[in-house]
Amino acid sequence: MKELTLQTLIAVFEEMFGRGLFWALVAVAVVVTGLYLYVLIRDRALSMRKFLWAQLSMPVGAVAAVVFVQKITSSGFRDIGGPIDVVVVLGIATLGAIGMAILVYTAQSLFRSKHG
Amino acid sequence: MLTYEDIRPSRRGLLGLAAAGLAAATLTAPARAAKVATKARIVIIGAGAAGTAMANRLIDRLDGAEITLVDARAEHLYQPGLSLVAAGLKPASYTLSKTTDWLPSGVRLVSEKAAAIDPVAKSVTTEGGTRLDYDFLIVAPGLVLDHGAIPGFSLDMVGSNGIGALYAGPEYAAKTWDAARKFTEEGGVAVMTRPTTEMKCAGAPLKHAFLVEDIASRGVGAGKYEVHYAAPQGALFGVPIVAEKVRMLFGQRGIKTHMNHKLLSIEPGQKRATFEKTEIDSVTKTEVKSTVEIPYDYLHVIPPQRAPDVVRQSGLSWADKWTDQGWVECDQKTLRHLRYPEIFALGDVAGVPKGKTAASVKWQVPVVEDHLIAAIEGREGVETYDGYTSCPLITRVGRAMLVEFDYNNNLVPSFPGVIAPLEELWISWLMKEVALKATYNAMLRGKA
Ligand SMILES: Cc1cc2nc3c(=O)[nH]c(=O)nc-3n(C[C@H](O)[C@H](O)[C@H](O)COP(=O)(O)OP(=O)(O)OC[C@H]3O[C@@H](n4cnc5c(N)ncnc54)[C@H](O)[C@@H]3O)c2cc1C
Repeated sequence: MKELTLQTLIAVFEEMFGRGLFWALVAVAVVVTGLYLYVLIRDRALSMRKFLWAQLSMPVGAVAAVVFVQKITSSGFRDIGGPIDVVVVLGIATLGAIGMAILVYTAQSLFRSKHG
Repeated sequence: MLTYEDIRPSRRGLLGLAAAGLAAATLTAPARAAKVATKARIVIIGAGAAGTAMANRLIDRLDGAEITLVDARAEHLYQPGLSLVAAGLKPASYTLSKTTDWLPSGVRLVSEKAAAIDPVAKSVTTEGGTRLDYDFLIVAPGLVLDHGAIPGFSLDMVGSNGIGALYAGPEYAAKTWDAARKFTEEGGVAVMTRPTTEMKCAGAPLKHAFLVEDIASRGVGAGKYEVHYAAPQGALFGVPIVAEKVRMLFGQRGIKTHMNHKLLSIEPGQKRATFEKTEIDSVTKTEVKSTVEIPYDYLHVIPPQRAPDVVRQSGLSWADKWTDQGWVECDQKTLRHLRYPEIFALGDVAGVPKGKTAASVKWQVPVVEDHLIAAIEGREGVETYDGYTSCPLITRVGRAMLVEFDYNNNLVPSFPGVIAPLEELWISWLMKEVALKATYNAMLRGKA
C-alpha cells in the first residue's frame, strides 16, 4: 500500500462489516464508552465488585472477538501460519476483552447501582 | 460512500470524538496541490480499474479540462473477487457494481465502445460513429479473453460437465464453482490450465488450484482426488523465488505439475484435454513437440489474452514484441507511448514486462497523472513506475502469501519484517478477504 489514510481505513472497515453494520458497531462503541464515562463520573469511584465481574468477563470477550473475525472471513485457528498471525489474534482478543469489560462494568452500574 | 464529513454533525457533540477524528483526518490527508487550469481535451478509453481511477484523479488536479471516458459496459467488475466467487466463498454480486457509481461529476461518459484510434489526427471514433478529438489520450481498455482459441471449448459449457472458466466474469465464476464443488465432493482428477500469452493476475490459476485442492481435502478427502497443474511455461511463476516456493507447496500438497504443456483443445464429451508438450532433446538440443491427452473430471480453462482490437488495429502496439498479443508500445517507466507522446497506456493493456494487476494500476495511475499534468504545464514529469505487481497468492481457504515484486523480480514487501512475503499467513488472507476490495474501491475514487 502506498498511502494509508484515515479515509482508506474507514473504507476498509466499511467493507469488512458492511457499511450499515460497521457504523452501527461504531455507534454502539461510542454509546457504551459514553455510558461508561457517565457512570464513572456519576459514581465518582471505580467499584471493585463490579470491576471483578468485568475482569471475569474478559476472556469471554476475547474469544468472542476472535471467533467473530474468523467467522466473517471464512477462516479458523488452523490458519495461524506465523508469529504475526499470533500477534493479530492477540490484538483482536485484547480489543474484545477490553470492550467486554467496559460493557459489563457499565451494564452493572446502570442496572444494579444500588448493590454496587 | 459515507465520508467523514457526512457523519460529523451527528457525532460531534459526543465526547468530542468527532473533532478529534477530524483533526486526525486533516493530519493524514495527503497534501493536494492547487488545481492546474487548462482547456485540454483528455479522452480515456475504458472505465475499468485504471480508467476510473485516472478520471477521478484528473478531476481533482485539473480545472477546466474536458475529460471524456469511453466505455460501453454498464457494470463495473471487481475482478480480484472472481477467485473467491469460483471457490464458493462469495456470491457473484460481490464483484458487481455500476460503472457510473464510481465516476466523478465533471467527467463525460460516452457509453459506447471505442472502435478506432487515429494517433496522427488525434481522434477516437466510437462504434456509433462519434468522433472525439483529444489533446491527450489514455488507453485503458484492459484485455480481451480469447475463448474461441481453444477448439472444443465454449462458454456455455461452463458449470456443467466438469468445466470451469472463472476469468469469464461473475456469472461464469459462480458456474465454475458449481463444477468445482462437484469435484471437491466427489473426487476424481482436476486439471488446471494456464495460457501461453501474458495474462492478468498470473497468480489466479495457482490460487484456483490451491483453493480447489484445499476444499477437496476437507470434502471428499485424501486419496479420492488428484489435482494436476498444466502450464506452457517452464516455471510455475514469473518471479523465480516465488516459483520455487510454489513448487515446494505443490510438492507438499501433492499437486502434480506438467510444465511446458499448452492446452490445445478439449473433448467435453469424453472429458479429455489435449496438450502440446515441448521438450528439449537431450542429444540434438532442439525443441521436440508432442501431444499429450489428459482425462479430467474437472477442467479449469484460462484462455489466451490479448489487447482489444481497437488497440491492435490502430498501430499502437509493439511491432517486435508480443506480436500475437498486441500490447501498447510504451516506456516501461512512464507508460508513455514511444511514438506518440500524447498517448499513455494504463492497466492491463500496457506493453510492459510486469503489471496486469489492479495493484499495479494503483502505482501506475499517479505516474501517468504526473507526466500528463507536467505536459500540460510544459515541463517534464518525474514519477516512475518500477513494475510493482502484487498478488495475494491464496494457498488455502484462510491463508495466503502477500507476494509483491517489481520489474527486476525483486520482492518489494509493503510491510517488510512484519508480513513475510513467502509465508502462508492468516493476515495475508485477511488482506485479500477484507482489505483488498476496500483498497480497490478507494483507488477507483482516486483516494489510494
Ligand atoms: C480472476 C482474476 C483475479 C484477479 N486477482 C487480482 C488480485 O488478486 N489482485 C490484483 O491486484 N489484481 C487482480 N486481478 C487483475 C485486475 O482485475 C486487473 O489487472 C485490473 O482490473 C486491470 O484494470 P484495467 O482498467 O486495465 O482493466 P479492466 O478493469 O478490465 O477495465 C477495462 C475496461 O475497458 C473497457 N473496454 C474494453 N474495450 C473497450 C473499447 N474498445 N472501448 C471502450 N472501452 C473498452 C471494458 O468494458 C472495461 O470496463 C485479477 C483479475 C482476474 C480476472
